[in-house]
Amino acid sequence: MTLAAGPTRLATVKDEPLAAMPGGPADPVLIVDHLTMRFGGLTAVNDLSFKVGRGDITALIGPNGAGKTTVFNCITGFYKPTEGMIRLVQKGGETYMLERLPGHDVNRLARVARTFQNIRLFPRMTVLENLLVAMHKPLMRASGFSILGILGLPAYRSAEKAGIDKAAAWLDRIGLTARADDAAGDLPYGDQRRLEIARAMCTDPVLLCLDEPAAGLNPRESSELNTLLRLIRDEYDTSVLLIEHDMSVVMQISDRIVVLDYGIKIADGTPDDIRTDTRVIAAYLGVDDEEVAAVEAEVGLTGTQA
Amino acid sequence: MASGSTTPIAATARAEASPLPGLIKDAGLFALVTLGLCVPIVSYRTDLGQGIGLVITSRWGTVFALCAAIFVLRFLQQLYLGGRDRRRAARAPIAVVEGASRLGAILAPITLGIALTLPLLAALGAGSLGEGRYWIDLGILILTYVMLGWGLNIVVGLAGLLDLGYVAFYAVGAYSYALLSTVFGLSFWVCLPMAGLFAAAFGVLLGFPVLRLRGDYLAIVTLAFGEIIRLVLINWTDFSGGSAGISSIPRVSFFGLPFTAGESGFAATFGLAFNPMHRLVFLYYLILVLALVTNLVTLRMRRLPLGRAWEALREDEIACRSLGIDTTITKLTAFALGAMFAGFAGSFFAVRQAFVSPESFNFLESAIILAIVVLGGMGSQIGVAIAAIVMVGGPELLRNLGFLKAVFGEGFDPNEYRLLLFGLAMVAMMVFRPRGLISERTPSVTIAERGR
Repeated sequence: MTLAAGPTRLATVKDEPLAAMPGGPADPVLIVDHLTMRFGGLTAVNDLSFKVGRGDITALIGPNGAGKTTVFNCITGFYKPTEGMIRLVQKGGETYMLERLPGHDVNRLARVARTFQNIRLFPRMTVLENLLVAMHKPLMRASGFSILGILGLPAYRSAEKAGIDKAAAWLDRIGLTARADDAAGDLPYGDQRRLEIARAMCTDPVLLCLDEPAAGLNPRESSELNTLLRLIRDEYDTSVLLIEHDMSVVMQISDRIVVLDYGIKIADGTPDDIRTDTRVIAAYLGVDDEEVAAVEAEVGLTGTQA
Repeated sequence: MASGSTTPIAATARAEASPLPGLIKDAGLFALVTLGLCVPIVSYRTDLGQGIGLVITSRWGTVFALCAAIFVLRFLQQLYLGGRDRRRAARAPIAVVEGASRLGAILAPITLGIALTLPLLAALGAGSLGEGRYWIDLGILILTYVMLGWGLNIVVGLAGLLDLGYVAFYAVGAYSYALLSTVFGLSFWVCLPMAGLFAAAFGVLLGFPVLRLRGDYLAIVTLAFGEIIRLVLINWTDFSGGSAGISSIPRVSFFGLPFTAGESGFAATFGLAFNPMHRLVFLYYLILVLALVTNLVTLRMRRLPLGRAWEALREDEIACRSLGIDTTITKLTAFALGAMFAGFAGSFFAVRQAFVSPESFNFLESAIILAIVVLGGMGSQIGVAIAAIVMVGGPELLRNLGFLKAVFGEGFDPNEYRLLLFGLAMVAMMVFRPRGLISERTPSVTIAERGR
């Protein structure tokens, strides 16, 4: 049972699923409003609304095929939603309608960065180059859209050096300085995951979307990941939205959890709320709500209080 | 080959166990298969007899010569491959890569040095400048392809867009100069940048509708575009002169001074004796400069965010979009820049030939340029240069192999075997270096530059 993998055992069943989230976070960075995504006859996401609080780590969880990655693809501009609105509110109050922006502008203007479930680095380019590609927008401006750069003007050279410094700082943080000049595709899996997060952070995002960042990591690597994510939340103006199956990551670092099942939101609240939510447990166990108590008794979960 | 069932690995393993008998047995098997193939094909020839009917001539000598040749070749190949595999096993793979990059580092200055002094070398080697004409002509031809290869390398090698119609932009450049100079009387130095701009504009024109396509589809559309340009040039007679082309295009001048024998000519102005070779030498250095500018711009671009975005685009388009890179604009710039250099090369072609016709811009040209890029190693500048020398200069060597006539008889013309050797070279490359001559990539930036 996946939920039991957390540090605290599942608590007793309480029967008040959605009561804990009347309005969601007070200062949201992302507002998803009645989002629906249909592929032909299949409704992958159905009338989903939730908010991501500024400065929070929000987890999006749910069983396989619940529509989590579809939500991500809608937020980051890879899919155009069938219905609904996705708004991103920056600190100054400027609001971007993400569903109306062309794909690359979601990152360029609205500053939403993402990673992918199956890592998408630039495998033949070096680690350092991967990070510099992420600084495309400021460097492009510094190079005068390549015209000044071609002439070899010093303005670009100093901008590039600043970029390298920034990349080097991130490499220090993720412990990859020694491998900076190696091809990214040659790195071990865990390093590639961290590099992809660092690359996304190099775009200075206000919202960082991570699609299963702990997939394939061993326990030590996934605790390093927790540290990295907390650092991102605490030291940068970046809110984090993540999809994750590893409950040790989800329960430890999330400020808020949204649970999807069959494209519908079934719960939204703090980790403690979610841990005790009947519908969440039912979804993960694959039984109806009414049978949860019986099944829990059977597997010996009932009564093990947190 | 039928006896291909003895795989190299099995053969090598056998060779290691019992070196000589194993090798002889293997080579003998190959010779046997050759014999089997030769009996129906080579052993008898029918000739027209004196009167009516055919006369059968037996050629067993040739058959046995062929079998012996196959035996020896197979024996040597196995001997070499076995040794190579053992050496490879003993050596760390990293050493191979370093060796290759060191090779590139040595070859680059040598090639450049020869390129810079070629007219001098040709004059010294042949006795006089006039007699070295052949070598300078060949140098110009090779450098044109080097420049085209470098230009296409931006599109194919860096941005990863397979372009099979690159010659179309070359044609646009050539016809730009031909028409602007014959109709409006503009000089080469005005037309050169204009030809580049026209070609770049055509690149953008083609790029907008097709760059949403990928891989094979993009290749097919660019191929079609190349043919469209050629067919328009053939059929729009009023505009381009049709298949007759455009002739008597004005020659190049030394920044305004014509290369003529008269008072105001180049030679008289500089107090030299008039020599028709001056113009050729000037053309040689002109294309050398144009090619080096192409190279310099490409190398610079690789360090700029746009160039990095091209390479990132080749690696993963979706990741690029997630990092805020406008993939359409990025592809278009690669297409336009590549096309621009083809335009420059095209107008150079027109000024050198003083004649352009659609025949010069057929698909084979595109194929040769693409082959140069692929064989050289996609993205490697020195690799492309070497591939251009081999692909363009190699066939020229065939002209000089007169001694082969002594071997194969008087009717033997090595030039007829150009395409055969071309194909053999391709197959050999695919087997021995499938990723091109210089396949490793030089990083555009290293962490060591942080402290500087």
